[in-house]
Amino acid sequence: MWEYTDKVKEHFLNPRNVGEIENPDGIGDVGSLSCGDALRLTFRVDENDIITDAKVKTFGCASAIAAGSALTEMMIGKSVDEAAKITNQQIADYLGGLPKEKMHCSVMGHEALEKAIAYYRGTPIEEKEGNVICECFGVTDLEIIKAIRENRLTTVEEVTNFTKAGGGCERCHGDIAKLILETQNQPLPEDKPKLTNIQKLKLIEETIEREIRPSLQLDGGDVELIDVIGNRVLVATRGACSSCKSAPITLKNLVEAKLREFVTPDLVVEEASK
Amino acid sequence: MKPIYVDNNATTRVADEVFAAMRPYFCEEYGNPSSMHSVGGRIGPKLREARRQVADFLGARPDEIIFTSCGTESDNTAVRAALATNPDKRHIVTSRVEHPAIGSLVSSLTREGYRVTEVPVDSNGCLDMIKLESSLTPDTALVTIMWANNETGVIFPVEKIAEKCRARGITFHTDAVQAAGKLPIDLSGNRIDMLSISGHKLHAPKGVGALYVRKGTKFSPFMIGGHQEKGRRAGTENVPGIIALGQACELAGRRLEEENTRVRALRDRLESELTRLIPDTRVNGTTKERTPNTTNISFANIEGESILLMLNEFGICASSGSACTSGSLEPSHVMRAMGVPFTMAHGSIRFSLSVYNTEEEIDEIIRRLPPIIERLRQLSPFC
Repeated sequence: MWEYTDKVKEHFLNPRNVGEIENPDGIGDVGSLSCGDALRLTFRVDENDIITDAKVKTFGCASAIAAGSALTEMMIGKSVDEAAKITNQQIADYLGGLPKEKMHCSVMGHEALEKAIAYYRGTPIEEKEGNVICECFGVTDLEIIKAIRENRLTTVEEVTNFTKAGGGCERCHGDIAKLILETQNQPLPEDKPKLTNIQKLKLIEETIEREIRPSLQLDGGDVELIDVIGNRVLVATRGACSSCKSAPITLKNLVEAKLREFVTPDLVVEEASK
Repeated sequence: MKPIYVDNNATTRVADEVFAAMRPYFCEEYGNPSSMHSVGGRIGPKLREARRQVADFLGARPDEIIFTSCGTESDNTAVRAALATNPDKRHIVTSRVEHPAIGSLVSSLTREGYRVTEVPVDSNGCLDMIKLESSLTPDTALVTIMWANNETGVIFPVEKIAEKCRARGITFHTDAVQAAGKLPIDLSGNRIDMLSISGHKLHAPKGVGALYVRKGTKFSPFMIGGHQEKGRRAGTENVPGIIALGQACELAGRRLEEENTRVRALRDRLESELTRLIPDTRVNGTTKERTPNTTNISFANIEGESILLMLNEFGICASSGSACTSGSLEPSHVMRAMGVPFTMAHGSIRFSLSVYNTEEEIDEIIRRLPPIIERLRQLSPFC
């Protein structure tokens, strides 16, 4: 059984603002019957752009119903501009958190809000722009990249929890993994706080020890950190790796990818000359 | 609030008689039957007695019963044994609606080079017998088909399938976890080679199961170690569990008639009343060949988890084939294999009864569920 917070249970059993506003100023529809959850958000504003009323209809599990209910409470009384700043994480936090497998419910609420505001502003978001990656749930690359960015997702499982992508036949798992890598390798709009050289060195050592060495050692190989010059990481291959033809690929795909994931995205791994 | 427990295909309460029988074997009669002293020596006859009880219940001989730790272990043992003893054959036939104890196992075997044919079911959940028969080849090592489906209760004609397999020299195994205690089983009168049962589905505790292996069927052990179970299943015997399983089987034999009369009537009343009182419902699975305790009903345009949690507020414990109850995102493989329309697939609820359910409990469910469905439909944008 899911461990829902009391707040989720309370919103599920007594959902607020259920229904649909007639002739609304904003309307947003997300999800579908085949997806297993769907939500219709409608709202009304006064002459000062303040949201005076919001209503929601939800098809889905307890956390979907609770997320829709929470969203309406959060937006009423706010200006449209303020409401536009609500994130999916804030919806989840408002409910005291959601089980990680259910985070897509908060994402769905957030999408409905975005769509409803776009409708109000007369700049409707184009339906399903981008390329569909997950065919089971019709999730596009743009939606996946957005979720990865906004929630700093690092695994396929997390992407599934947040967007549902990959939750059906699983054929798109490779594509999702690729999107995660690509998104991580792009400099984030707001970067992590800059590391001092000592911190960086320490983090690189830890990452090699924890994330890289164990899998190399499984194949009888190893890697040793020689030096760090700026963002250049010099390593030497050892054991089976030192005579392995695919060592350069391993350096790129495993060592560099892991260091970029756990330390900073602008690292370049090079083999120190023997 | 005393719960109204109608989730007996998930697990059952331990029967008082069963608990009483196993209880002395924790703190008083705790001996190891392999030991050379009287504390251990007193246990052997009790295990023999339990083995006889299980054998009698299944119409088998005591030496055809191997005790295991659960239904999943029985299934894994049977499949591995069939493959190990037919090393030249690389093909397995099963159904699309098996429990994961078989389903996940055989799909993992494709990575070991086995070919797997998953026989489909029709919209009523009935097995496509023509496809099944045409899929049998000289390369087929094993056919494994469940006796009754856990989600719908639909019964498969395993005795007929066993005949067809025998005629072709193919080993046949059935997962009878959901059938035992609900349908008469007589292995002396059919051609089933191996059969799995699980204790906790028939009022014994969790952690014990049995595998029937017909005398003369080639066998290879799954658990390797000591000489227990005549070398067919190593590991110190779960003495209290085995004694409980023996007792539970005897009890289940005595209660079989009640399951098929009183429990069946309760189930039928629950099903007909709910589908009469609530619009837009669908019973999943044929109502002809079905275990007497199970009904699986879909409610259009709402989601199963919401229904379960609202039922839970009234102490009613059921389960769902919907996605959101399991952490996966798609409806269960059984609903999908049956092609249940997606308006219905997300809102399926399984009620599985036992002899412990009463008329009053069924009345309470019939009273509570219609307003819950109405309320959730008011919330749904599709209604």
